[in-house]
Amino acid sequence: MENAIIVENPSTAEPHRQDASPPSKVKRVGFSTTSVHAGEARRKPSDAITDSICCSSTFTFESTQSIIDYIQQKQDREEYGRYGNPNEKVVERKLAALDSAEDAIIYSSGMAAIVGLLIAKLSAGDEIVIFDQCYHRSREFCAKHLSRFGIVTHQVETGNYNAMDAAINNRTKLLISESPTNPHLSVIDLEQFVDLGKTHQVETLIDATLATPYNIRPIEFGVDYVWHSATKYMGGHNDLLAGVICGSKEKLECVRKMRGILGGINSPHNMYLLERGLKTFALRMERHNENGQRVAEFLEAHPRVEKVYYPGLKSHPSHEVAKRTMKGFGGLITFLVRNADWKQTAAIIDACTIPKIAPSLGGVESLIEQPYVMSYFDYSPEDRKRFGISDNMIRMACGIEDSADLIADLKQALEA
Amino acid sequence: MKFRTRAIHVGSEPDPATGAVVTPIHLATTFIQPGAGVWGQFDYSRSGSPTRAAVERTLADLEGAAGALAFSSGMAATHCASMLFKSGDHIVAGCDIYGGTYRLLHKICNRSGVAVTLAPAEDAAQIEAAMQPNTKMVWVESIGNPMMTIPDLPAIAEIAHRHGALLGVDSTFAPPAILRPLELGADIVMHSATKYLGGHSDCLSGVLAVRDIALHKELYFIQNATGGVLGALESFLLQRGIKTLELRMREQCQSALAISQWLEQHPKVTRVLYPGLVSHPNHERAKKFMGNQFGAMISFEIDGNLEKTKIVCQSTKLFGLAVSLGAVESLIEQPASMSHASYDAQAKAKFGITDSLIRISVGLEDPTDLIADLDQAICRSI
Repeated sequence: MENAIIVENPSTAEPHRQDASPPSKVKRVGFSTTSVHAGEARRKPSDAITDSICCSSTFTFESTQSIIDYIQQKQDREEYGRYGNPNEKVVERKLAALDSAEDAIIYSSGMAAIVGLLIAKLSAGDEIVIFDQCYHRSREFCAKHLSRFGIVTHQVETGNYNAMDAAINNRTKLLISESPTNPHLSVIDLEQFVDLGKTHQVETLIDATLATPYNIRPIEFGVDYVWHSATKYMGGHNDLLAGVICGSKEKLECVRKMRGILGGINSPHNMYLLERGLKTFALRMERHNENGQRVAEFLEAHPRVEKVYYPGLKSHPSHEVAKRTMKGFGGLITFLVRNADWKQTAAIIDACTIPKIAPSLGGVESLIEQPYVMSYFDYSPEDRKRFGISDNMIRMACGIEDSADLIADLKQALEA
Repeated sequence: MKFRTRAIHVGSEPDPATGAVVTPIHLATTFIQPGAGVWGQFDYSRSGSPTRAAVERTLADLEGAAGALAFSSGMAATHCASMLFKSGDHIVAGCDIYGGTYRLLHKICNRSGVAVTLAPAEDAAQIEAAMQPNTKMVWVESIGNPMMTIPDLPAIAEIAHRHGALLGVDSTFAPPAILRPLELGADIVMHSATKYLGGHSDCLSGVLAVRDIALHKELYFIQNATGGVLGALESFLLQRGIKTLELRMREQCQSALAISQWLEQHPKVTRVLYPGLVSHPNHERAKKFMGNQFGAMISFEIDGNLEKTKIVCQSTKLFGLAVSLGAVESLIEQPASMSHASYDAQAKAKFGITDSLIRISVGLEDPTDLIADLDQAICRSI
């Protein structure tokens, strides 16, 4: 992958522009080089090789005049911790570089990020259109809470671009989708999705948490905002919560200002862990992709498995579009157990010895869960059916363990 | 289970108190006891703490050891091993060793009357010749620093044991993902875990992993008595780093091989020392012990003097000019003026630390980017 960028001197770097030759301060280098170095100053305070963890909640000014200079000259410096901190800024630059974006804003969680964007961008009377396989908490926020502020949400069937087209009117401000979706792993055709937005002059947002910039960079397709729960593959070690919105500086300006008001910023300690996690991002993703593909192929061939949802499989409805647009398909796999009720399905999960039973995904440790129990236990059978959550469904988030071990473990659990 | 799976799961069992998938960072220095004179699993954190115990379990498993001990630095670990000996004892050490170990053996151990003889570790016969009746330990590096020599560990283990001595191996350059000295006959394996094991240049730490449970007990006694233990935050970072150890090593070794092959063809490079090169004098032995992964440290000499060599080291853009090694960021240094500056002129000459020697640690960047960077730096010195 040669289209990632590294920012040599972040304070003077020009933004990456798709439609222009690369600015002089920006070098094109490999993805792993970007993961290790992008966003970081070549020379750091004390000449340390790693960034220090700067816990300061406030930042001092030399004199009254220096405050006035800061305000009048719009100087790029720290002021108060809620508006930003040095650790968070390094990671924002790194994530923007990885996603081919001009800017990135980090939040204390993935949900804080999407809520931060929606609150900043939408006003009473506005409407949004969202595909119905988006993360259930995003849909919940739009349907139950944005509605309280007079914002209307239209949910349409995932991948039905005609339905999305039909739902757009002159009050529509944003089109939202996840890709791939969770847990069905439907992959959105970003060209069609972006076309819809451009045709109607409506902005577009993609939740690319499951894909990551290693596998696809929606900004390069013309998507306006890319959203990630950085808790997952980006952090990668199941030990931090973070969210990020990537996009152009101009479009994100009001979002950044709103974050300064609402305060959902992340902490310097977490930002250090995220920066550290990103150093091995390319390696981990390569392995997640490999494990996902191998485990999915194993499951598809197993007699106890009724169906496997994984975009890397020819049997998946999104396989063609996934193959065309993505480098790999990640570590998340959903499958149905043949002729099993929810308890028989649970028995397979309980028999696994390597994947741990937990929600979340994208860390080095494999995790396994039953969506019916973990996320939809309180829903009515009708609602579960509506969201495509069957009792015999298992979601496995492959970590970076040896794929042979994961397969052997699943095999014994299925055959126990 | 395979190495990578164990690196992620052994010692990282879910927290019994909360179900946390990651071992909590227990900063407590002391622990409430069940009764007066009745001791719980942990009492005072110098003697043991849950976070350190977790990473020690991981390390022991990966090395195939009976037990492992985590220290505040690699030198604290080596020092602990050296405290097994008393006045009148003798140690045989390899010539090609880390400057800090050289200093410890010659300027600290001598104070307690422990004598040292250096011998070329890559030649087992010379190790044998250096053995004395009072020799209690042979100490070698599994990949020498900076000449990348490879000792014949099984042969040296046999010699040491025949003389009633222990074999200690500093395997910092060859972490357990590529070499496990205990399986080759060593009694103690030591790591500066600051390097590959931690892997991110942000956690100073050391390890001793031991084959025999009685020896582990004795070393634990010394560690607890002298106190050079690893803190909880560093234990957490070390364990986090180990989870990607195998991936990092695989990638870094592959890049190092490509870079060493490229260096060997470079007109301004007069000599390349990398165990993965067919031209390396110990290549066959390296292949036998490490398969096709030879670490990510390369030493090479350029056609130039001390000053020109300095220019190369100061002209790279991706390689940082710094000592240490084994992390995600590539580093470059000049042993004569940096890592081996504590050697005197005579020792430098004897052990091949020339003015034009450059040592690089290959990180995780794309190897084509690293080669381009080295090329421009070497050309700048001309």
